[in-house]
Amino acid sequence: MILVGSLDDIPLGEAVRVEAEVPIAVFNVDGELYAIDDTCTHQDASLADGWVEGCAVECPLHAACFDLRTGMPSGPPAKLPVRTHEVVVDDGVVYVRVAAAVEAAA
Amino acid sequence: MRTVAVIGGSLAGLSAARTLRDQGYDGRIVVVGEEDLFPYDRPPLSKEFLAGKIEMADLALTTPTDDAELDLEWRLGDPATGLDRAASSVVLASGREVPADGVVVATGARARTLPGAEHLDGVHTLRTADDAVALRRDLVVSRRLVVIGGGFIGAEVASTARDLGVEVTVIESDPVPLGRVLGADLAATCAEMHADNGVHLITGEVVTGLAGNGRVRTVHLAGDRTEPADVVVVGIGAVPNVEWLAGSGIEHDRRGVRTDAAGATNIPQVVAAGDCAFSHCAYAGAAVRHEHWTNAVQQPAAAVATLLGTATPAPPAPPYFWSDQYGARLQFAGHRHPDDTVEIIDGDPADRRFVAGYRRHGELVAVFAMNQPKLFGRWRRQLSPRIVPAGLP
Repeated sequence: MILVGSLDDIPLGEAVRVEAEVPIAVFNVDGELYAIDDTCTHQDASLADGWVEGCAVECPLHAACFDLRTGMPSGPPAKLPVRTHEVVVDDGVVYVRVAAAVEAAA
Repeated sequence: MRTVAVIGGSLAGLSAARTLRDQGYDGRIVVVGEEDLFPYDRPPLSKEFLAGKIEMADLALTTPTDDAELDLEWRLGDPATGLDRAASSVVLASGREVPADGVVVATGARARTLPGAEHLDGVHTLRTADDAVALRRDLVVSRRLVVIGGGFIGAEVASTARDLGVEVTVIESDPVPLGRVLGADLAATCAEMHADNGVHLITGEVVTGLAGNGRVRTVHLAGDRTEPADVVVVGIGAVPNVEWLAGSGIEHDRRGVRTDAAGATNIPQVVAAGDCAFSHCAYAGAAVRHEHWTNAVQQPAAAVATLLGTATPAPPAPPYFWSDQYGARLQFAGHRHPDDTVEIIDGDPADRRFVAGYRRHGELVAVFAMNQPKLFGRWRRQLSPRIVPAGLP
């Protein structure tokens, strides 16, 4: 598991980026934590910098939207989903269990 | 409506086709494209694709499932050459005709060329994948690149060429590149990145001609100044592809196809969108031709709604564009007038990481950010929607 940091360091509506084998973004949506691959599948942009609306994040560059729960894009320009990862909170500390590095199914 | 002809096989045309299906249109859609390629993403052509980091397949805008879901008939590599006065049939270069009861004009724009440079090898414009392939082939064996025009394409090509180890000179006729887009102060900040990255920037100078024996060797500037070059990129803007509409009765001129804010032309069954459209922009309060990627996604959606009669008034989105150059991400949203005041909202231009806001009578009308995508996204949403009565300008 990858250490993300203290739960207090991810305020409501915010996201943090952690370095795993690829960067991972962890979002706090109304107290619920979601982790996805940080890099948009369309072009190089960090989804942790994106705009969170409900359970979706909008890429800061081209407005591709990804569902934080499933990683699925809502439509163009992104064609492929981002991977989702399990978030574990233990005693106020946040970890991510990185999903297998296989290609996510389209 | 039984058949809609979408004239233009790039981002705007594909966006129109997608929207037609999204809005429940189940008739024929024929997509006509000049290039013999399925729609692809153009922004990387000056960046990752030119650098050789990604390939043609990475640029594809269509997905494997699109074919089945969109059910489009493609006529690629066969550009439209005419539209009859009743707008009931599109004629293609091959002589084939596409009868249609609705037409979406999305023929885009082409790169403006430098008169007199046609006879020289090594002189490029950059608009298509073929352009990018040809430019890359020259760049990797060149020592000196001269870029004519310091706009976004010019700066992005200069940046990529530096990474390829090429010496680069950028020649800009204005006192500062991008000055008319960003205002003098912020444009100066962007211009500093050329020097930071070892690119020689010449401003306020006009190119008078190119010379060489078969292949370009010299760029001539006013006042007998010359710059040596073994490859030249001309990045001096784009021209809308509207000549094929001559005689169609559709209102157009060298500025583009005239439309209202929702893409309607003067002929009911014809709409236009994307780089070819000179449209009333509710945000600017004037007719403009946007060459922005985002516009090529959003405007076709409105135009298709107009065509199908399903138009619902959506709040006008502020125009938005971005540029990646020298490792910096530049983003701009809104509409700037020359007399707007500019202020730094966050960060410091000296650090190449900041957000700036443009105000008119105290109201935030545009934002510009360098290397600050997250804050940019927030400030962009602070721009007030500007409701200006639509209608043909």
